Amino acid sequence: MNLHNVSWVRQEMVLPSARPAGQGGPREWMRKNLFDGWLSTLLTVASVTAIAWLIVAIAPWLGNSIWKANSLAECRQLLDGAPGACWGVIRDRWPQLLFGFYPADLYWRPVLAFALLLAALAPVLFRALPSRTLWFSAVYPGLAGWLIWGGSLWFPVAVYLGFAVAAGLFASTARASQGLGLSVAGLGAALWWVYAAQPFSSAANAVIPIVLEAVPSREIGGFLLSIIIGVTGIATSLPLGILLALGRRSGLPLIYMLSVVFIEFIRGVPLITLLFTASLLLNYFLPPGTNFDLILRVVIMVTLFASAYMAEVIRGGLAGLPCGQYEAAEALGLDYWKAQRLIILPQALKISIPGIVNTFIGLFKDTTLVMFIGLLDPIALAAAIRANTEWQGIYWELFIFIGAVFFIFCFGMSRYSMYLERRLKTDHR
Amino acid sequence: MKMTIALATLAAATLTAGIASAGTMADVQARGKLNCGVTGGQAGFSAPDASGAWHGMDVDYCRAVAAAVLKDPNAVTFVPTTGQTRFTALASGEIDILSRTTTWTFSRDVDLKFTFAGVNYYDGQAFMVPKSLGAKSARDLNGATVCIQTGTTTELNLAEYFRKNNMKYDPVPVENNGDVQQKYLAGACDVITSDGSDLASTRSSFKDPQDHIILPDVISKEPLGPLVRQGDDQWADVARWTLNALLAAEELGITSENVEKLSAGTDNPEVNRLLGKEDKLGEMLGLDPAWAKRAIASVGNYGEIFARNVGDKTPIGLARGQNALWTQGGLMYPLPFR
Repeated sequence: MNLHNVSWVRQEMVLPSARPAGQGGPREWMRKNLFDGWLSTLLTVASVTAIAWLIVAIAPWLGNSIWKANSLAECRQLLDGAPGACWGVIRDRWPQLLFGFYPADLYWRPVLAFALLLAALAPVLFRALPSRTLWFSAVYPGLAGWLIWGGSLWFPVAVYLGFAVAAGLFASTARASQGLGLSVAGLGAALWWVYAAQPFSSAANAVIPIVLEAVPSREIGGFLLSIIIGVTGIATSLPLGILLALGRRSGLPLIYMLSVVFIEFIRGVPLITLLFTASLLLNYFLPPGTNFDLILRVVIMVTLFASAYMAEVIRGGLAGLPCGQYEAAEALGLDYWKAQRLIILPQALKISIPGIVNTFIGLFKDTTLVMFIGLLDPIALAAAIRANTEWQGIYWELFIFIGAVFFIFCFGMSRYSMYLERRLKTDHR
Repeated sequence: MKMTIALATLAAATLTAGIASAGTMADVQARGKLNCGVTGGQAGFSAPDASGAWHGMDVDYCRAVAAAVLKDPNAVTFVPTTGQTRFTALASGEIDILSRTTTWTFSRDVDLKFTFAGVNYYDGQAFMVPKSLGAKSARDLNGATVCIQTGTTTELNLAEYFRKNNMKYDPVPVENNGDVQQKYLAGACDVITSDGSDLASTRSSFKDPQDHIILPDVISKEPLGPLVRQGDDQWADVARWTLNALLAAEELGITSENVEKLSAGTDNPEVNRLLGKEDKLGEMLGLDPAWAKRAIASVGNYGEIFARNVGDKTPIGLARGQNALWTQGGLMYPLPFR
């Protein structure tokens, strides 16, 4: 074949020709998207009217915003009868909305804990970071607890040593039988935590005291409280949910029954009932004088609640896998845990991402329910702030602020889940 | 890690369960802190300020008790409670004393097994309406929409009053006080009903207070007071007599300013007894002689507490009315210190 045999070859690209007149441009876009038929036109007009009405109603209120006022009366004086938002309440009370009654000179501690939270989450959330930074994520819970509640550093260390005890026991007994190893390790860790952790931390503290000023749970409130409950609940409900979901699909009748009963019981009871149980009923059962931290009780209840929902979301993912995947895993000779870890769960979790994040967001927003048991979450603080004579009668400003902060967190979570779905997309649709 | 603390606590609890509690006062003194249940926020009665310090009538009473028992008016942990959680919190021992604008009623005293220490505010349920509604008395409210806080005696009184007078109403139940105001101002209800003190403070926070009137009818008696668990008489005595000490101080002219001077000894034997100069009232109570002196020095007498938190110099601006001393035409009648 010779190029010269070809009579003519185009050497350059053909430039795109201009659109025919009347197509394209903003007018065409509007005709297509806004005024396509009478129904669409009607809806457009109605929506534009509604938006315009909202703007007319809210704009002067927002436009007259007042930041520099120390009471509602002062705001009203400055506004002189005109409508206007009094953001002075946020300026005056934002540390309280963020931290509750946490001592002001110790604010750096929760702030540092929050900054470290981002550092600890990064290797879990994003693949770009080397996986060896994960050790920090593992250490983080103890560190954050110490920073926020204070006390001796040796207590979280003692708690972590429990895991070391468990690992040691497992390593030494697992050769006989894995089940035996697991039980011995669990028992050993429990015994360590119950009987040895406290003496160990006191003894270690006597030798090398590393102590932060202790802050009682009662003083923790505001968004700090919401984030503590939300993050702990989210972080623990996912693994618990996975175990429950696997338990519900298990062939062992005991595990299956326990999982079903747990999930159905928790899902059948409203969260507020569980919270009341945590705050009030438990006090009757526990011996008088017991000081079982209220935030801890609430975190446990919220976690149990969320993990039951999580279990069902993940079970949906597991059910969505074709059974060929299970059979393939068995054909490869993988045992149950390896099959779950390498084949089943990565796929099942990927399918369930929207549902999982849905549960996370729901859980984070549900943390405001703790106001009903007298914990000072942002909403309860808003009520307390409005009870001061300076701010009595203020309303929208506080709720708009709280809503905006919640929106930032929940929107962030939702965007991350979309990013994760894109990243894990392996099909070629 | 969370679970482990739980386990550790449970274990510790089992170990200490054998030690019976020796009474609330011993518990409080051993703890060094008084756990006092208050409202999460009610203007003039209890509310945290920007620095997180609590203020209000109910708060001051707890500070007085802490001053008497623990010698430090700041040794109080204020536990915010809601209308629903307050009684369980007290019954379960989470708090030692409940000072939360709680009406003294038969069933709360008898059936719920509490002991009221007395009355620190005589209130009564009233109605507030916009002037434009044209109502002159509660009898004109037939068919009105009423905003009402849930879980309170107010709810029951309202139903009873309307039934008794053969009138109809449309209730709008609301969880807390701030929401009641908002709903009312937004026109979701024609009437709000609550204790008179509450209505007065709500009205004072409105943009145009003169457009709203509090109807003259008072449909209930609401003696508000602090309460403790039944069955611990020593602690109930401390609660009762601390309240009486504050009232008696006003009657006897003892204030936070002159208490130090008067405690050195006066011609009035009752003052001497109250401030621990004569007899040994403090000892009978299981406290030291200066218990009442500390209580008065820390928060002032009842009149001072009233004036500072809800009196006519404050934005809430309540008159003493029924809460004046019996010698001034009110109902406050301190029991004799003898």
